[in-house]
Amino acid sequence: MAFELPSLPYAEDALEPHIDARTMGIHHGKHHAAYTSNLNAAIEGTSLDGMSIEAILGDLDSVPEGIRTAVRNNGGGYANHNLFWQIMGPNGGGEPSGALADAINSAFGSFADFQSAFSAAAATRFGSGWAWLVTDGGAVSVTSTPNQDTPLMDGGTPILGLDVWEHAYYLNYQNRRPDYIAAFFNVINWDKVAELYAAAG
Amino acid sequence: MAERSDGLSRRDVLKLAGGAVLGAALSGVSLADDGTFALPPLPYAQDALEPHIDARTMGIHHGKHHAGYTNKLNAAIEGTDLIGMSIEDILGDLNAVPEDIRTAVRNNGGGYANHSLFWQIMSPAGGGEPSGALAEAINSAFGNFADFKSSFSAAAGSVFGSGWAWLEVDNGALSLSTTPNQDSPLMRGKTPILGIDVWEHAYYLHYQNRRADYINAFFNIIHWGKVGELYAAAG
Repeated sequence: MAFELPSLPYAEDALEPHIDARTMGIHHGKHHAAYTSNLNAAIEGTSLDGMSIEAILGDLDSVPEGIRTAVRNNGGGYANHNLFWQIMGPNGGGEPSGALADAINSAFGSFADFQSAFSAAAATRFGSGWAWLVTDGGAVSVTSTPNQDTPLMDGGTPILGLDVWEHAYYLNYQNRRPDYIAAFFNVINWDKVAELYAAAG
Repeated sequence: MAERSDGLSRRDVLKLAGGAVLGAALSGVSLADDGTFALPPLPYAQDALEPHIDARTMGIHHGKHHAGYTNKLNAAIEGTDLIGMSIEDILGDLNAVPEDIRTAVRNNGGGYANHSLFWQIMSPAGGGEPSGALAEAINSAFGNFADFKSSFSAAAGSVFGSGWAWLEVDNGALSLSTTPNQDSPLMRGKTPILGIDVWEHAYYLHYQNRRADYINAFFNIIHWGKVGELYAAAG
């Protein structure tokens, strides 16, 4: 059973002006699509076929060595982008509420302090990668990963992620990654992040 | 920085080493009078490599990315014993760089050196094939030019994430390698004589996700005369 490229949960231009329609179209239709098909090609005919992507990435040591790098890179790219589209929305921005807000305040002091820590993680990732808000046993923390690695590979559950590969922002922001990071906060779908936090609880 | 057992600092040794000066000149880097690194000017106009590399990409790549690496490298080494050393010597012995600035020097020094080389080995009059000793070395290492081109292209296509593909020299022999991010073959004691930047910033405005098209176009602008010079100097 092959993995399927999920549809974007909104139109390609829905996140304008923060993320431009052309970037969304290529990011989803080319990059995410390629990770999906490369992942399927790697696992075809292996015992991984039919497993969930979370189970595969959570135990890469069990993936046959001949396909491990392909599964790590393309499986990571598949899962990361699945999450990325979900945690953004045209009616996003603002701040979280409820249990998630409590967890963020408890970990970072305030929402503003969380925003600084997350933005710094995203800005300082050298080369390609992601910044994350991760939950593990109810507590939340900020981290970053290189390339398409995911916190799932270390047993954490990502509930918010920001793609800082240049393909995520270069057409609109070029070298100005900090502007892209600041704009991302206008499109975060905190309701979805809170749902993921509750589900991971 | 540790003193050498002969009482000379690495900086003193460097000042005595004429070869390093020649190497620096060949690879396009330049030291300002105060020992800081200077952003080398592009050796051609920003639109000179059109249509293979567009003018906007060249302008941002040189004026923002390369300039950023240069400024951050200078900021990292300010007030340290690294001031006045060549970038080749710094990157060739990262373990000697103070630990608190090692990552900054690795990333920004690598970015400084890699881009300084990159501008030099491209030219509006480029393309074609190498000749002379370099052509013989390529044929000897890869069989023929077409096989070299296909191996180099495969290496550049296979870098996952940001990085570079290289043709490098070690004791006269040529080999291919790739490095992640801004790592350089200099960090492994090898001399890069040809490199292609496969960070997305090098091609995304013009080629988007089509990295293979960018790699193919790169072969139309390789300055083989310059690569031949670098090969001779490394030999």
